[in-house]
Amino acid sequence: MINPDAKLVDNLSDKSKLEMAATRDGYGKGLVEAGEKDQRVVVLSADLTESTRSHWFAEKFPERFVQVGVAEQNMATVASGMANYGKIPFIASYAVFSPGRNNEQIRTTISLNNVPVKIGGAHAGISVGPDGATHQALEDIALMRVQPNMVVLVPCDAIEARKATAAAALSVNWRSKPTYIRFGREKSPVFTTGETPFEIGKAEIFRDPSIHSGQAADCVIIGCGMLLYNALIAAEELSKEGIECMVINSHTVKPLDEKTIIEAAQKTGAVVSVEEHQINGGLGSAVAETLSRNFPVPQEYIGVQNRFGESGEPDELIEIFGMGIASIKEAVKRAIARKK
Amino acid sequence: MSQYIHDDKIKKLEELANQARELLIGELTEAKSGHTAGPLGMADIFTALYFHILNHDPKNPDWEERDRLFLSNGHICPIRYAVMAMSGYFPLEELQTLRKFGSRLQGHPERERLPGVETTSGPLGSGLGQAAGYAYAARMDGKKFRVYCAMSDGEQEAGNIWESAMFAGKYKLNNLTGIIDRNNIQIDGMVENIMPLEPLKEKYEAFNWHVIEIDGHNFEAIVDAVEEAKAIYEKPTMIIAHTIPGKGIKDMEFDYKWHGVPPKPEEAKKFLDELRTLGGKITSEHQ
Repeated sequence: MINPDAKLVDNLSDKSKLEMAATRDGYGKGLVEAGEKDQRVVVLSADLTESTRSHWFAEKFPERFVQVGVAEQNMATVASGMANYGKIPFIASYAVFSPGRNNEQIRTTISLNNVPVKIGGAHAGISVGPDGATHQALEDIALMRVQPNMVVLVPCDAIEARKATAAAALSVNWRSKPTYIRFGREKSPVFTTGETPFEIGKAEIFRDPSIHSGQAADCVIIGCGMLLYNALIAAEELSKEGIECMVINSHTVKPLDEKTIIEAAQKTGAVVSVEEHQINGGLGSAVAETLSRNFPVPQEYIGVQNRFGESGEPDELIEIFGMGIASIKEAVKRAIARKK
Repeated sequence: MSQYIHDDKIKKLEELANQARELLIGELTEAKSGHTAGPLGMADIFTALYFHILNHDPKNPDWEERDRLFLSNGHICPIRYAVMAMSGYFPLEELQTLRKFGSRLQGHPERERLPGVETTSGPLGSGLGQAAGYAYAARMDGKKFRVYCAMSDGEQEAGNIWESAMFAGKYKLNNLTGIIDRNNIQIDGMVENIMPLEPLKEKYEAFNWHVIEIDGHNFEAIVDAVEEAKAIYEKPTMIIAHTIPGKGIKDMEFDYKWHGVPPKPEEAKKFLDELRTLGGKITSEHQ
């Protein structure tokens, strides 16, 4: 059922056997990889060097690391100037501050200016946990995907976060573009591998029951970020109940891989979008915008339902806010029931 | 007597600044919208920059070793456009397209549309950070060119400016020179009433900048200040240029109501007469 071409880990469903790592670790490793391969890469930090995992780059390339203090607006404008000169600056902070607080600076001096600043949004999603609503960025994807020129990446695990970060700087097609890369604080299952294909702008089919059965699936789950693991487990559990789901990793929210998504909607006739973000304006909205123009099908939305988060343990919050495995399964059933 | 500029060059710059003001009135009148007072007040400084201070090549706007001029308060771009056209970046006639659909001369300047403007700007408070980042990156690579950033006084009320001032001070960006158009007006009234900036010089000094206050209509003072900035090794330099908003047109001078409106055609005719005759002191060809 798992698409063999996706080269995911074996025994995916046994969480206890999977390596756990935070996507921010992948960002940190991706920075070092990009820095080794391209001298133009510089990294800026607004007093959150270790928690954004920028310190690995800072230790290795101190001459290319710039501390700007608690000043996210300035970090965006300084990075804009550096990118305008010819550097490839990465700026990371908590997503509520960047691209939250500095949104207009990003809009004017990075997106409209069309310079290749790479914005890392850390501690995104509700899984920041105990810090509470002020620090749980649930609108950052929406903020970034409405800006022309901006590329939006939401990696699903630490390995994909490393690939996405490196590709943002090194990919010939994408290195000159302003880019937002979202990552989380908590450790999450590492279920992709070094061999899993990753290309900005290309969604990957992680699960496709039709590969074995030749029968189209009943529903497609289109997700991004760490919740994609929950989506895969939900699909596996549903299979035991006789409901078959495709699962697509849409790590690039913008530009959306419309072809893959439209084809999946045509095959399955029902969609569930999954993201750790407000259901307004995120991946689910992007999918719906595409399908409503091309091939409208019933769609259910897993995400935060137009409310702020609150303090709690990460796993607990994911469940309470309706993004757990059981919620995804219910959403699939609802979507299928709505098929004509 | 300046060591850096001769009297005959000063005379030449005065003539060019007057021409820039005439072009400005023309383009704003044609555009039927835009800002008048600020650009008139900065006509002398932009003329000095483009015709004496900056190392630049209008025929090769992307020349790598050029000095960079960031304009933070993008709304005064019509004076930059006028002086750029006079320098040969584009034909003078193109000034008539200002603010019109399809024009390279956007209401607020855009980097990707018009070569030579260096950055997209308009929203206040974000130019100094960009100039500082540019200067920082250029210094990493041992570049010798200088980075300038023109700002308004009103935008000194924005927090981003002081974040950037702190940054440039910390990193001793001696290749960065800021110029504040201290004309004392902003949209809602007089700057010191809206939100007092004084003591502005001491503020920047406290942020580890070298600060020079000048008469922004005195070419000798403008050029001397820029040369002094080049000699300051340990700090970035801020030039606080005291200017008269609407400078050159008596009815407009010091009147904040001219911040964001263009002249009407009948006003424009009178203003152009005033500029061409240097306020009635000389007879102009067109009379």
